[in-house]
Amino acid sequence: MKTVEEIKAAIVAAVPGAGVEIVPNPSPSSQHSLLLKPEHAVAVAYFLRDEAELALDFLSNVTGVDWLDKEVVEKVKVTKPVTKTVDGVEQTVEETVEETRKHVEPGYLEAVYHLYSMRKKHGPVVIRMRTANRTDKVELPSLTPVWRSAEFQEREVFDLYGIVFKGHPDLRRLLMWPEFTDYPMRKDYVEPDDFEYEPTAHDKVLERAKTHQQQGSESRDQGSEKTHAGEAR
Amino acid sequence: MKPQTAPGFAMGQAGAAEGWNRPPVIVPEGDGELLEVSMGPHHPSTHGVFRMDVALDGERVVRLKPVFGYLHRNHEQIAETASYLAMMPYTDRLDYFCSLSNNWAYAVAVEKLVGQAVPERAEYIRVILAELTRVQNHASAIGFLIQEMGASGTPLMYAFREREKILDLFEGLTGSRMMCNYMRFGGCRVDVSAAWLDATRKVVAGLPGFVDEYEALLTGNEILMARCQGVGVLKPDLAVNAGITGPMLRASGVNYDIRRVDHYGIYDRFKFRVPLGDHGDIYDRYMVRVLEMRESIGILEQALKDIPAGPVMDPKAKIRGFKPKPGEAYGRIEAPKGELGFYLISTGAAEPYRYRVRPPSLINLTVLEDMCLGQNVADVVLIFGSVDIVLGEVDR
Repeated sequence: MKTVEEIKAAIVAAVPGAGVEIVPNPSPSSQHSLLLKPEHAVAVAYFLRDEAELALDFLSNVTGVDWLDKEVVEKVKVTKPVTKTVDGVEQTVEETVEETRKHVEPGYLEAVYHLYSMRKKHGPVVIRMRTANRTDKVELPSLTPVWRSAEFQEREVFDLYGIVFKGHPDLRRLLMWPEFTDYPMRKDYVEPDDFEYEPTAHDKVLERAKTHQQQGSESRDQGSEKTHAGEAR
Repeated sequence: MKPQTAPGFAMGQAGAAEGWNRPPVIVPEGDGELLEVSMGPHHPSTHGVFRMDVALDGERVVRLKPVFGYLHRNHEQIAETASYLAMMPYTDRLDYFCSLSNNWAYAVAVEKLVGQAVPERAEYIRVILAELTRVQNHASAIGFLIQEMGASGTPLMYAFREREKILDLFEGLTGSRMMCNYMRFGGCRVDVSAAWLDATRKVVAGLPGFVDEYEALLTGNEILMARCQGVGVLKPDLAVNAGITGPMLRASGVNYDIRRVDHYGIYDRFKFRVPLGDHGDIYDRYMVRVLEMRESIGILEQALKDIPAGPVMDPKAKIRGFKPKPGEAYGRIEAPKGELGFYLISTGAAEPYRYRVRPPSLINLTVLEDMCLGQNVADVVLIFGSVDIVLGEVDR
């Protein structure tokens, strides 16, 4: 089977402007992956599936990953002109100062696809796509037209991570119920206190029942005081 | 309800991509009046809580949408709060018929992530347990299929009789019949005793007779042939494109068995054949399962003959303070239902950053609608049964 570098070269030769990057995997599994640009991903996917030597006709696994915004603290050496008084004479001297700088690297949602070939019996080739951020630009192209096996799995990623797959024929929630609004697999997801709660007409009835019960128990308590004080609840 | 046109992908989005491998559109006959039936979630044939929204034109299915999630517990998120080893007992609960295969798949993925070797004796034990699991899963799957055909009980009880013997072996070794929690990263939890191996040999010696008996009861059965042959046909090109794996894929005639392709474990050492179907209908799926049971018995006999002495745990395997180096790994095995894979991302912490189960049961249901369209509603139950799913794994 071709190495990741060879596959990358083949993609770049076949799809102009594909802009594929290799994401190295330092673990002993050494399953390195290819990062695709969303705008060329479908073309690249067709190429990977139909190219005779690769023939990656089997999309095994589709996953989402949530990468949070990262606050990076780094120490930078900065050379600055500093005005100093040396021996009674004012001079401008270049001085190197160490500064701590903070900046936020924006997080993103990632879709990971594991491809194999049933004809050539090789694999896996891992491809991934990243959204621009985690909040509003969460669209990626759907690969369901290329591999049907992405149909339910992309629905699951949409359901749990909130990645919107453009071109998916039937993008609905898969596991959570349709009225659910959040994305439970995101790292900053907070569970609601009561999953079951939804406002209904029963709320008013229940309120009334509560006051009714309080009144009832008060009157009962008074009554019991009069008769059997020892058995009062 | 009187739709103007055929419903096709009524629930799909407008402007969806054309040219994809979509299910065929069935045009209703006659006055075009459709009956919408919600099969499940408590239908006895759905093996648990699973629902199908079916639109019927008379008896013919014109649309079928599976509805998932009744057993959803966000298994994958639980993993992000637990250590790697703490997820091992949880994997038992995915496909609770085949807990030992789930253990193995998870162990394979973690061992890939950290580059862990497994001693030879442990590999043999894993093969023996996985093949025992396969035999009892296929026997029960066929039993359930026949039960859905109307033969309530008898074939299923034949299967469960053998399953009892195998579960007794699991209990003797692991302490639990179904939730075995037996494998570890770099080996197995406890060693097998000579007495256990003898008991296993005895059970395995009885299995060919069971399969013969099962086949005598079923294979030539007129009702089974009439209801299964030519029903729920799955074409090989669609099966590959839709990511179907396991006996269902091989019944469509695609030669792809991960035991052969990935050479995981020590499957290279055993002689076995990969049974393939020809038509891709329910009958072929039944036959492939029967033949796979026979091949599994062959593997079991070889493994029980050759099992070497030695440790069952790699002495260098790290158990306390298990923190894999940053990286990711995807490990997969041929589970009885298809390709079971685990995808793990480590950031160097004690718990995985991302833990993903690739569930064969869910992905094999992708083509349920394609297989059912145009068939009678009574056959939907059979086609669904021939997929062989467990809801614990579908919904996770």
